[in-house]
Amino acid sequence: MKRRNGNADSLMTKAGGELDDRFKLARPARVLMNKVFPDHWSFLLGEIALFSFILLLLTGTFLALFFEPSMAHTTYEGSYVPLQGVGMSKAYESTLDISFEVRGGLIMRQMHHWATLLFMASMLVHMMRIFFTGAFRAPRETNWLIGILMFWVAFFEGFFGYSLPDDGLSGTGLRIMEGMTASIPFIGPWASAALFGGPFPGDSVISMIYIFHVFLFPLILLALITVHVGLVFAQKHTQWPGPGRTEHNVVGFRMFPNYVMKQVGFMLFIWGVVAAMAGLFQINPVWLFGPYEASVVSSGSQPDFYVMYLDGLIRLFPAWEFRMAPYFTLAPVFWPGIVGMGLSVLLPLLYPAIERRFTKDRGHHNLLQRPRDVPARTGVGVMVIVFWLIGVVSGGNDVFAETFDISLNAMTWGGRIGIVVLPILSYYLTYRICLGLQQHDREVLAHGLETGILMRDPDGRFYEVHQPLAEPDEHGHTELEYSGAPVPKKMNRVGALPPTDKGFFKSIEEPSDNGGTSRDEIEAGHK
Amino acid sequence: MSAHNDENRPDEVDLSDPKLTRFEVYREGLRRDDIEIIHYEPRFPKPGTGAEKRMERIVGGLFLGAGLFATLFVVAYIWWPWEYDGTASWRDPQTWYTPILGVTLGLSLLLFAVGVLTWAKKLLPVEELVQDRHDGGSSTEDRRIAESTVDTTVEDMGLKRRPFLVKAALLGAAPLGLAAVAPLGGLIKDPGDSLMVTAWNAERYNDGDPVGLMMKDGALVRPDMVSVGGQITVFPAIEHGASNEFANAPTLLIHLREQDAEKLRENLYPMYQEVDAMWGNFVAYSKICTHVGCPASLYEQQSQRLLCPCHQSQFNVIDNAAPIFGPATRHLPMLPITVDEQEGHFVATSDFLVPPGPAFWNRPSLPEEDEE
Repeated sequence: MKRRNGNADSLMTKAGGELDDRFKLARPARVLMNKVFPDHWSFLLGEIALFSFILLLLTGTFLALFFEPSMAHTTYEGSYVPLQGVGMSKAYESTLDISFEVRGGLIMRQMHHWATLLFMASMLVHMMRIFFTGAFRAPRETNWLIGILMFWVAFFEGFFGYSLPDDGLSGTGLRIMEGMTASIPFIGPWASAALFGGPFPGDSVISMIYIFHVFLFPLILLALITVHVGLVFAQKHTQWPGPGRTEHNVVGFRMFPNYVMKQVGFMLFIWGVVAAMAGLFQINPVWLFGPYEASVVSSGSQPDFYVMYLDGLIRLFPAWEFRMAPYFTLAPVFWPGIVGMGLSVLLPLLYPAIERRFTKDRGHHNLLQRPRDVPARTGVGVMVIVFWLIGVVSGGNDVFAETFDISLNAMTWGGRIGIVVLPILSYYLTYRICLGLQQHDREVLAHGLETGILMRDPDGRFYEVHQPLAEPDEHGHTELEYSGAPVPKKMNRVGALPPTDKGFFKSIEEPSDNGGTSRDEIEAGHK
Repeated sequence: MSAHNDENRPDEVDLSDPKLTRFEVYREGLRRDDIEIIHYEPRFPKPGTGAEKRMERIVGGLFLGAGLFATLFVVAYIWWPWEYDGTASWRDPQTWYTPILGVTLGLSLLLFAVGVLTWAKKLLPVEELVQDRHDGGSSTEDRRIAESTVDTTVEDMGLKRRPFLVKAALLGAAPLGLAAVAPLGGLIKDPGDSLMVTAWNAERYNDGDPVGLMMKDGALVRPDMVSVGGQITVFPAIEHGASNEFANAPTLLIHLREQDAEKLRENLYPMYQEVDAMWGNFVAYSKICTHVGCPASLYEQQSQRLLCPCHQSQFNVIDNAAPIFGPATRHLPMLPITVDEQEGHFVATSDFLVPPGPAFWNRPSLPEEDEE
């Protein structure tokens, strides 16, 4: 074959020309490649969720090749000896087969499960970042709503996913879901009958939740993710306050090559961590639980962590049943289960509007707030986290009781009292801590940094030398405005100390060929 | 509005000028996107220094390492013995199959990731750029044009002039919407009395003969099969009686010690006294927790409590299994039992007197339960 004329450059130009002739790409491609993104580690938390979602699609597709969503009865004859000859559903049998008979099936199952836990955890942490920095404020309320919706779709996606194997543990979870569903006023028993195709457990629920798990919910998530990321792109990312950063600009680096390379590297990193975890740490060993039987359960039955707070609330709620004799009954599980979950969906959705009612602030905000500068919101956030954590701990209170040799009933009462008292207490403490931090920032701006150098004047008085951050007036005060950006608190931060020695075996000099400017100086806005 | 110093901003260049360098053309693109370079310098100003070469070698090594581990992954996936033969010992190579896959794949991905990240952080130019955000809505001009476009459309359709058509369209669309969801009605099932009647009901499930108590394997339960202080799970002795088909039927048969049985007989609710629900020192309670339906299966013989491991409801065995702790509100229904004179095994004299399992919205509150 004859070698083509021209080098790679002209080939690229030719290919680009052909593409542009058809799709008119020159301008959008340039705009996309030049788009400026702000840089901060906390802006990458949502990406963890995105990357684990992609991994979930990949591993889930593999699992779907072998999983049989059927409750038809069968007798196990696979290679796992303890269950040989045991009657079970095809769903459970095929899950065992994925674990034992499919080459590499076990690691795919474990990757799928670990990626789910990472997916849910990263969404929670990402939401906290958005909340505490005020990134949900105008003009980004829509993306906050989409985010909350995605979390709850993912919640049910995850719950349905771990219900699919039809093992002893997941069947118990479905039983609790049945109890919750049947408690809903007016429609409960009918809703439950629709879900289970008649009395619990029936023989259709697995195939029904399967289509939700592999088609409907992933489709909704995919659509919402597209809009979510598209809006971040169109509205431009928020940024932290700092030198040269205003409400009207974005300071950072270009999409190509910097941002994209960091994203690709980060994605592979997340996948690598999940793959290693899936190989080394066991998760959801369904073969130990046996098939689901309505009469069998053991202690230490915990759902996945993101469902645990709900289970904890159900455990803590007092035994209050309302009877409208002789016809109707409002079960105790209705309050934590249905009302509790409903409020967990509704209150976060409404939060931006609620906050706006109090602050009367209708302006657009593209600079983030430090949590300390908004003590009330930070307090509310910590309050919710404490409430949630007590729910999670209570969801495993039997495990805690056994491990630490505490009375189970004491754990329950501790949770009941704690879930009322501790959130209020933590709101107050957080509020005070925020005010303290604010005050310290102002103090440093007015009097300078503590140097740690103690002096004694001729009267014998000891005092500490302060390093003012600007030229002080005759009283040693500096009139610096707080700008919302971090205030240096240590002398190292203003370049008082040279960088520590580098090198492992022997000291190496700072490489002189980067012009002597260190990255920190560049970031601080010095040229 | 521009936030930064416009005097630093380069002027528009004439693109037809043949003397322009590539960078000048590139910067014109940035200018058109309202981007200004604050800082931009190569990471290594002198190309080809030792430090740069060293960084290139590190990144290259990371990529090659990733390739090596990916190859190891594929080799292990194909040739490492993997088939589970029913035994699991750390000496068997198949025990290591999943860890080896995880470690090789994980390391391959991690090394590639660190390679890409090192490339980005150590070799790309040091840059800081600032772009105008253009926050807020469109210009008043654009808004005005859009408004009149919409108005023209509305006018063309005559939406304001033809209110009848609008109403008719809405009236037509509403049933269409209903028609779209109506097929889901196939899911609706009447729960009927399935939450109240269990497989212990003789008329419905056993041609009127009292339903026997059987174990999971189908063996009928005789009094001598449960030692004093012991308990077993029993199922209705009908076809599939022990299967999930009858998820509300599992029952706990307890052989109480004499003094405990005595206490229970004293405490017995009148509805259970009337039907003589106990047989000797034997008592049978529904195993399905009255909270949300997990099996309340942990029997603590010393404190005479039954505990549900799902939400820790606790029931007092010697007081009609009334709830004494946790979120459950009602006692575990007692199954009235006796022993068949001829055959010598347990039978249920009737179904549970109150519906077993968790409360549901249309669960009737029976007058008998007020005695609790």
